[in-house]
Amino acid sequence: MSYYKIIHKTEYSYMHPVNLCYNEARLTPRTFAYQHCNNSEFVVEPEPWKYREREDFFGNTVYYFTIQQPHNQLTVTVTSRVAVENRQQKLGFGEYLAWETVRQQLHADSDAETLEIRQYVLNSPMVPKIPELHAYAEKSFTEGRPLLKAVEDLSTRLYNDFTYDPGFTTIATPLTDVLKHRRGVCQDFAHLGIGCLRALGLPARYVSGYIETDPPPDQEPLTGADASHAWFSVYLPQFGWVDFDPTNNQMPTDRHITVAWGRDYADVTPLKGVVFGSGTHELSVSVDCKRENF
Amino acid sequence: MQQSDTTDWKVIGDSYYAAISANSEHGEQIDEMLSRDQQINPHWSSFMRALNTLGLAEMESRHQEVQRLLRENGVTYVVHGEQHGHRPWELDPIPLIISTTDWEAISAGLTQRAELLNLILTDLYGERRLIKNGLIPPELVYSHGGFLRACARLIPSGFPFLLSYAVDLARGPDGRMWVLSDRTQAPAGASYALENRTALARALPNFFGEVGVHRLSSFFRSLQNSLFELPLQYQSESGTGTTQRQTHNPHIVVLTPGPLNETYFEHAYIANYLGYTLVQGDDLTVWDGRVWLKSIDGLRPVDIILRRVDDIFCDPLELRQDSRLGVAGLLEAIRHRNVIVVNPPGSGVLENPGLMPFLPNIARHLMGEDLRLPSVATWWCGEPKQRDYVLANLKTLVIKPIYRHPGSRSLFGPELSDAELETLRAQIIAEPNRYVGQEYIHCSTTPSLIEGRLEPRRAILRTFLFAEKEGYAVMPGGLTRCESETEELTVSIQNGGVSKDTWILAPEPEPHISLWQQRTGRMQTAEASAGLSSRAAENLFWVGRYAERAEGHARLLRIILDKVKMDKMGLETSHLGQVAPAISITETLGEDTREVSELLYLRSMLRSLTGLTSSHPGFADKGEQSLESELLSIMLDTANSGSLVSTLQALVSAAYAVRDRWSTDTWRVMNRIEDLCNTLEKSVPEDGDIAGAGSPSPYTDLVLQEAELASLDQLMIFLSALSGLNAENMTQTIGWISLDMGRRIERSLLLIVLCRSSLVAVQDAWIEDLLLESVLAAAESLITYRRRYRSELDFPTALELLLLDEESPRSLLYQLKRLEEHIRVLPREKHRYRLSEEEQLILEALTQLQLSNTIELAAHSDRTTQRTGLEKLLVRLAQILIDISDVLTQTYFSHIQRPQQL
Repeated sequence: MSYYKIIHKTEYSYMHPVNLCYNEARLTPRTFAYQHCNNSEFVVEPEPWKYREREDFFGNTVYYFTIQQPHNQLTVTVTSRVAVENRQQKLGFGEYLAWETVRQQLHADSDAETLEIRQYVLNSPMVPKIPELHAYAEKSFTEGRPLLKAVEDLSTRLYNDFTYDPGFTTIATPLTDVLKHRRGVCQDFAHLGIGCLRALGLPARYVSGYIETDPPPDQEPLTGADASHAWFSVYLPQFGWVDFDPTNNQMPTDRHITVAWGRDYADVTPLKGVVFGSGTHELSVSVDCKRENF
Repeated sequence: MQQSDTTDWKVIGDSYYAAISANSEHGEQIDEMLSRDQQINPHWSSFMRALNTLGLAEMESRHQEVQRLLRENGVTYVVHGEQHGHRPWELDPIPLIISTTDWEAISAGLTQRAELLNLILTDLYGERRLIKNGLIPPELVYSHGGFLRACARLIPSGFPFLLSYAVDLARGPDGRMWVLSDRTQAPAGASYALENRTALARALPNFFGEVGVHRLSSFFRSLQNSLFELPLQYQSESGTGTTQRQTHNPHIVVLTPGPLNETYFEHAYIANYLGYTLVQGDDLTVWDGRVWLKSIDGLRPVDIILRRVDDIFCDPLELRQDSRLGVAGLLEAIRHRNVIVVNPPGSGVLENPGLMPFLPNIARHLMGEDLRLPSVATWWCGEPKQRDYVLANLKTLVIKPIYRHPGSRSLFGPELSDAELETLRAQIIAEPNRYVGQEYIHCSTTPSLIEGRLEPRRAILRTFLFAEKEGYAVMPGGLTRCESETEELTVSIQNGGVSKDTWILAPEPEPHISLWQQRTGRMQTAEASAGLSSRAAENLFWVGRYAERAEGHARLLRIILDKVKMDKMGLETSHLGQVAPAISITETLGEDTREVSELLYLRSMLRSLTGLTSSHPGFADKGEQSLESELLSIMLDTANSGSLVSTLQALVSAAYAVRDRWSTDTWRVMNRIEDLCNTLEKSVPEDGDIAGAGSPSPYTDLVLQEAELASLDQLMIFLSALSGLNAENMTQTIGWISLDMGRRIERSLLLIVLCRSSLVAVQDAWIEDLLLESVLAAAESLITYRRRYRSELDFPTALELLLLDEESPRSLLYQLKRLEEHIRVLPREKHRYRLSEEEQLILEALTQLQLSNTIELAAHSDRTTQRTGLEKLLVRLAQILIDISDVLTQTYFSHIQRPQQL
């Protein structure tokens, strides 16, 4: 078990005062089989009129707040304490299930969970159907190959074929551009992985979270550690969701902290808002994710 | 009964019988009026008898009357993508008639279907048991664009989700009604049904007496009552709301996407009819978790929103981010139970024809009942067997996307070429979840009046339901739409279909139900400004300004055109000959002098025109040749934003934006103005070159001017009618005050421009007289002047009348006084010692004007070419008026800030 203290600070500076804003934050780490969020504290400045927490469709915690006073700057600081288990050790017998079998089971089984899982095979707003993705994915999904081996190979290929380039894309860059120029950031690579899996009829979802900022002395620092991170997950029947981080070419163990999941980035946008005011804004985000001794 | 009927049915021609008989032989559609053995169905007999007595020729003239009524009432629809023009609504005077017993069965089926759909909706946004238990395939819901995950658990279970519901029906060859489609987000058409009924009741009054028809008003009354009860019901079913709500007088608004929406007429109509406030997304704001209307006197809480904005546009925070039509924070306000939206966002998930094949099973599962009304046979391509069927029968089926979005449409197999069929096949195979195949229903035909004859035309019926406490109420009637050509396969408004009234026969005559009788003991006491949004107030203000501006332009144009015309004919141009020969005030002049001076005079008038229309450089530095083209441009050119036509367009569009505020009469006048505006626009030469490439013969020019003068005269009458209706028929609440402030400001500004351009420059005395006379005429004060002074034109006296005469409703002082009265009563927080900005401004204007002395203003020294005192005063007053307009806009109108996405 590893313990982390994460401080995620988002700051908007406005050129002209904003009188009113409505915001939704998905910044509270989830609690599930391999992770327990012990505490998550929001500090919003200026002070919001009201905030409210609710669970969204995917079970993520949404923190809703509005600010009803003129402000030039909005700061949202979330401090969370999370315990993470090393989940890789838990992968068991499902590991050798061929990918075609998984796909076939998905349509043959009619239990409630499978029926719900099938929504993750469908296109989603940021991962539309792109024919090239099918062709790209096929190389990893050879006949009879175990699902997890194939996905691991896909993740590795994404890591090798694509360049991590924070300046190249924004959240608005379409996936086809990423594919064409072979550059992007964690979020793009996660979307690519999801698109490939769905093109083959396999369920995949998007995970947003953090990775450890300062590595233990014997390990390499991870890419994308200075901001929120993202990776993807594939569904393995009788087992559940298995995560892959194509940006770092690895399967998350205990150095990945999960915040939220959904079909793609649009479902789990960490902080979004509508502001009433004129002029432009500047954004700065910092994440500090440190291991704590417990 | 009709077996022994010996009536000579002269209104039913042989061709009608022949058509029905042909259809009958093919075993295809049946007719609503004629049975298969060519007898008139009993429920049609009273109507047909009345029609037989009336005769088709008379019916045709009633038809014209109906079209005229609809046109005059401004019943229109907008064809998507057409920026300009609202198409007139087409109504066939022959209704679709449905018998009492038939309708009872249909109603029962509709009510059952509404209840079922409500259960499905509640489940899909709640537990999703229907998916988890395998009754609805997950892909059918999850790949449908109407399933909005943000709306999960939005509405507490137990509270009706589907409040308002519309359904399209058609009668199949078996005589049963079939459901063609379900409309669950913001169903359109109810107002058109109502307007059709109103028009027909006026055109065919005795028919209603003879036939006995269910009234529609009962439905709207129960809708009003249900809405009234909703907040109470909501609170009792969901515990207490988080915020104190006035439940006794819920404030209800109709949310429209705005005047460019295809059914904007209907939004305005229903708001007006039910007495609710018509608003756009910008008019609403969420504050303290509640929805508020930005009204002219501040924020007013909103309890219920009847929305005509589609689901995904309702909230830019949680739904479509680029939406400008919704309200940020709306979903959260709904979750807080602080507002009720009818229907709640998310309800569009039911607008999915793919659900139809699963409904019978779901009905049995959820309700333990069989569906009473069948849906048209539908195959969802997401299921392999159904997909195979669709692919094998592409040629005969109708292929529809499960989710309607701009650009998506239904395809009719029989109409497709082989290549198109192949493309479609490939699309279905690539994304089977997104398509259904539907049986093409041979809808029944019903008699329609086509060019003076009865012809059988296929028809479909849209009817409406609303959730009441005890279940759903069905509108006893609806909107029937007919194909416009016999060959066409579609029946739709968008493609130019014709509508019909729908008569449900009543077993006994129904009493008239007034919408007024309902709120016994709970009468609303509305404040004067209740529900006037800032946007509506601003539009009214601009209606006032544009109407006044158009009037001023038209009057001046008329004077100048008159003058040009006289010139052309080589006649004496002076005013005097035509009006009152006795009061000759100009000296007789030598021929040469006259010509030069005429030119000076004309220049000055044209300068006024340029100033008025803000179409600089206008006539400046132009030779006389271009004079006429410039005149025409100022009048007709839509590219010239100061032209008369542009002003009229702006007037019509501002008026349209507050469509719900006008009386029928006012709207008729507005329609005439719009017509005239269109005619004027059309009179512009095709090549758009107003000046004309060559020089046209003087004769054609002359004719053109005659036409222009005639339309200007007409326009003046319409504008006067408008101003009269505004003055006499509008309640003098804040809305009227906004409009009248617009008028006063504009009239003042026009007068100032006129005086500055014509009277400030020092000129020969007799030219000044001519100018004074024209200014008096343009300011509609010449008659007053003549009657009052009966002497020669005296500059200071004329100036007195134009500027300072408190009794003349055209004088500047009069305008400022009225403006001051209006400003005084505007809603504001009272500061004990300090005047508000607009109060200070109007005080300054009044003081400056009243302290001035017309003799001093008129005076000038021999060396100067300008009356500097007059110029200074006028410039200052114009500036103050512009400032007032700006301050009003900032303080009262622009509570609107555009949202941005982070």
